[in-house]
Amino acid sequence: MTALIFLIFAAIAVFCGISLVAQTHPIASALSLIGVMGSLAIIYLQLGGEFIAMAQMIVYAGAIMVLFVFVIMLLNAGAEATTRQIPILSRYLGMLLLVVFLGLISFIIQAMLPKTEGVVFGAFQGGTAAAIGRKLFTVYLLPFEVTSVLILIAILGAIVLARREV
Amino acid sequence: MPATVPISWYLILSAILFGLGVAGFIYRRNIITVFMSIELMLNAVNLTFITFSYTLKKVDGHIFSFFVMVVAAAEAAVGLAIILTVFKNRQTLMIDDISSMKY
Repeated sequence: MTALIFLIFAAIAVFCGISLVAQTHPIASALSLIGVMGSLAIIYLQLGGEFIAMAQMIVYAGAIMVLFVFVIMLLNAGAEATTRQIPILSRYLGMLLLVVFLGLISFIIQAMLPKTEGVVFGAFQGGTAAAIGRKLFTVYLLPFEVTSVLILIAILGAIVLARREV
Repeated sequence: MPATVPISWYLILSAILFGLGVAGFIYRRNIITVFMSIELMLNAVNLTFITFSYTLKKVDGHIFSFFVMVVAAAEAAVGLAIILTVFKNRQTLMIDDISSMKY
């Protein structure tokens, strides 16, 4: 059952990833990316990351992608114009080389990883919001506080860049 | 089909998604799609963090992945503001037309 769920959502993620790269219209790419993020959230849940799965749905698929779709709508971005001609040979050769490269990487991962027991749903219970919060406010307190400064700088930067007279 | 999922499958999925992100980053010409490819790569890295967090039975990987999400949110806000400004000044989103810093 675990393997079946993994395979289904991994297939959705890879299909949506290919669709992101292959689509010419940015709104189609954005919807594909939402598909990738949703299926990755299910896979996180399988690995015991309850909090991260919810954060993935709320922050990534919710907030960030809404921002992307909003900007695409605002700029009225249409389909990508073919400004330069890519030779047909190099396009297919590139696809082939990408597949060969990914196959090689998969083989190396498969060969080099020590044989351990597989993933069982529920075997790791440490990914709850309570466990993450406890770690975040004790061991990782300084990075957490620095993050707030980073967010503040990002807000200021976005406001300054989006002003009328830049 | 095995009853449990080997750890390597998760890492292979992560590698495939990262490779697709790199391919989109190089191949696409629309600046928004290039930006979305970067987000895809960040997601693939997050999957690796969560997988090793499961393997080592430690919660630290989740914290790192949480910080990656925070940085991605900040990056998206600033990056999209830059894209808006570029579009306001150049009236184009194609990266082939925004190459004046190249020469």
